[in-house]
Amino acid sequence: MSNIRVLVGTRKGAFILTSDGKRKRWKVEGPHFAGWEIYHMKGSPVEPNRLYASQTSAWFGQIIQRSDDGGRTWDTPGGGPATNPQGMPMGESNQFVYDGVPGTHQWYDGTQHPWEFKRVWHLEPSLDDPDHVYAGVEDAALFESKDGGKSWQELSGLRKHDTGPKWQPGAGGMCLHTILLDPKDPKRMSIAISAAGAFRTDDGGKTWKPINRGLHSQYIPDPTAEVGHCVHRIAMHPSRPNTLFMQKHWDVMRSDDAGDSWREVSGNLPSDFGFPIDVHTHEPETIYVVPIKSDSEHFPPDGKLRVYRSRTGGNEWEALTKGLPQRNCYVNVLRDAMSVDALDPCGVYFGTTGGQVYASADGGDSWASIVRDLPAVLSVEVQTLT
Amino acid sequence: MIRIVLPPHLRTLAHVDGEVELEVAAPITQRSVLDALETRYPMLRGTIRDHVAQLRRPLVRFFACGEDLSHESPDAPLPDAIANGAEPFLVIGAIAGG
Repeated sequence: MSNIRVLVGTRKGAFILTSDGKRKRWKVEGPHFAGWEIYHMKGSPVEPNRLYASQTSAWFGQIIQRSDDGGRTWDTPGGGPATNPQGMPMGESNQFVYDGVPGTHQWYDGTQHPWEFKRVWHLEPSLDDPDHVYAGVEDAALFESKDGGKSWQELSGLRKHDTGPKWQPGAGGMCLHTILLDPKDPKRMSIAISAAGAFRTDDGGKTWKPINRGLHSQYIPDPTAEVGHCVHRIAMHPSRPNTLFMQKHWDVMRSDDAGDSWREVSGNLPSDFGFPIDVHTHEPETIYVVPIKSDSEHFPPDGKLRVYRSRTGGNEWEALTKGLPQRNCYVNVLRDAMSVDALDPCGVYFGTTGGQVYASADGGDSWASIVRDLPAVLSVEVQTLT
Repeated sequence: MIRIVLPPHLRTLAHVDGEVELEVAAPITQRSVLDALETRYPMLRGTIRDHVAQLRRPLVRFFACGEDLSHESPDAPLPDAIANGAEPFLVIGAIAGG
């Protein structure tokens, strides 16, 4: 029988939740890296016990942690005794240095501001090599490591795109938070930046183009500008890499041409503001969002925590409430804090800023909390182990 | 022997308990002490000083002998009591937030 491992990053450490395939009884381990912000953890799809974690702190900066035993033990991959040809320690695993002169982007007040590395928001292991992993960082850029996280190089064609000086930080910072690898075309990758928008490469990261046509954002001077959109999350089903689903600051969007054009599918949602969006493992047209009241009131409408599911790829949505609090609930669900497992029926998981991690073992029909009192949850990733 | 006290999070990261003791060649300065610390514990690179510019991170402070030396030149000699090991060099995470 399969087992499930849920990797939970929080404001004050990492937690690992495990269960058998019934998904009824859970073991909670942690905190790992107690006291540090764990923005994201993710395992390699080809070597599931290889995990990467982004450990970060306003005090002490960015640390990359790696586990080769499914999260039981961790180490900083470049922090050991390795030396360079001059005999000096490498210590590179935590080093994210922009390629060349970083340049400037737009600041909150409209002036230009230098690019400054702050933290890794998202780690995306490659689909075929456990030592190859991508990192989306703040200030927005894409890095990769081909040596298991020991050293990192920027794919600088993205940051050096002509539109770079027009990118600007959202309230959470100018972060590259979504990395989608196309399983059918190893040279194609899509990313999203808040608040610049979505970009795609078709040549393995050398060159990039904005893919924001069809987005409409009232909070920028030109609502249909090429860049400047606050994209919160993009999701893709691996069997249909040309179909992308987006939760924008406001609006749920859909593209069927790999992002070349988008159309709104918010339909009957009570609010189309939100952060996460995800796709059912076995039904490419079944998608999930968590509506949030507004950009100034980051909590569910009416104090009711509701996941919304569309079985039609958008437009027609149903509220999923069984097992979720339906009064006095004022938590948020952040952009990287939802994930699905690969079992049948599909399991759906999400974490809240109130420290609850909820799981559904029936595609969202009913929910139960795995754990209720963690620090604020930043990210949730699920591994299905066979 | 130079004595260094790290904040708890960096002790955990470096897998050390209590004070760190290091042999540091003269001159004994913030830079030479931190260079020696990062050579012995490379996982600390970037946590106290910026990777590239080698500037102190904003929420890290350096105390020694009852003084805040955070704004001293990194190449200024540290007090004799640090150089002879009578007092530890303190790396402090600033009190800022929860």
